[in-house]
Amino acid sequence: MGEVIVITSGKGGVGKTTTTANIGTALALEGKQVVLIDADIGLRNLDVVMGLENRIVYDLVDVVEGVCRLKQALIRDKRFKGLYLLPAAQTRDKNAVNPEQMKNLCEELKKHFDYILIDCPAGIEQGFKNAIAGADRAIVITVPEVSSVRDADRIIGLLSAQGLNTPLLVVNRLRMDMVKKGDMMDIDDTIDILGIDLLGVVPDDERIIVSSNRGEPAVIEASSLAGQAYRNIAKRIMGEDVPLIQLENNDRFIDKLLGLFKSKKKN
Amino acid sequence: MLDFFKFFSKEDNKSKDIAKERLKLILIHDRANVSPKFLDMIKGDIIKVISNYMEIDEAGMDIKLSRIERENDNYSSALIANIPIKRMKKIGKNN
Repeated sequence: MGEVIVITSGKGGVGKTTTTANIGTALALEGKQVVLIDADIGLRNLDVVMGLENRIVYDLVDVVEGVCRLKQALIRDKRFKGLYLLPAAQTRDKNAVNPEQMKNLCEELKKHFDYILIDCPAGIEQGFKNAIAGADRAIVITVPEVSSVRDADRIIGLLSAQGLNTPLLVVNRLRMDMVKKGDMMDIDDTIDILGIDLLGVVPDDERIIVSSNRGEPAVIEASSLAGQAYRNIAKRIMGEDVPLIQLENNDRFIDKLLGLFKSKKKN
Repeated sequence: MLDFFKFFSKEDNKSKDIAKERLKLILIHDRANVSPKFLDMIKGDIIKVISNYMEIDEAGMDIKLSRIERENDNYSSALIANIPIKRMKKIGKNN
């Protein structure tokens, strides 16, 4: 029986889709059967970030409405064994699906996959309710900025109201140079304010933009610090105890080398 | 060298500390679901009750939700009111 994990944040643009793509790919690289669901109906993007936009025939709404079978809508990622995408519909809106249907869909997918990752839309309306309906666990993404942390707190409250009481936190786009100057809240500040456990920290990394330009998740790049952070997060989801990567700026080059070494050793 | 910089950054109040303080207050209100109107209602009622016993400076009155530190690094929400008293009324005193 697989596990359904929703990736959510409240605020838009903090990295939900990128995180979903990268954690999912990393889990598949670890040999897991993974399906990514884009729950952002009307504003689909996970397909583009994954570089699978040209392969969409059917989508989530088609499955729910019975236009096609579930298997027909799943896009197999040929680059990564065991990785699949269920894309969102682009020409419909959030009300095309209801929480009950999402729950049923998740239950069905759990029979065939180890991990079902749901990319939640921004906001707290219908799309959010749909995305969390079938989830067993939740990952809350925030960037270290006031508006994002505030929305994360609100989301944590709403998740709890749905019985998702122990969401885990991913702090995204951390900039150590700014933290050092005292111009960015650090990891401890953020955990202290939100009061939930940390799953991982992803440093701000321009490689992420390069990888989304190409439609190739950053986790496949050994030299990407963010990619390494996502690989570690995937391992923690699988229950491994992996320490946080050192993000100190001066050691950055060394860390990259170390990261390279470590990832080579793992493969 | 590092201490030297630290000294300076402390002087002009690190922006992350400002962010943290602001967030803490915002979240108290968000979590308690308290609107400014709600606080105004409490304020009005407190004035009504206290005015029976003393004359207060309504303009100088300040009432807010905040958080106070409890033991073991725990925090809890607190309603903090600062009410300047102009004069005690006869009724509140011992004869």
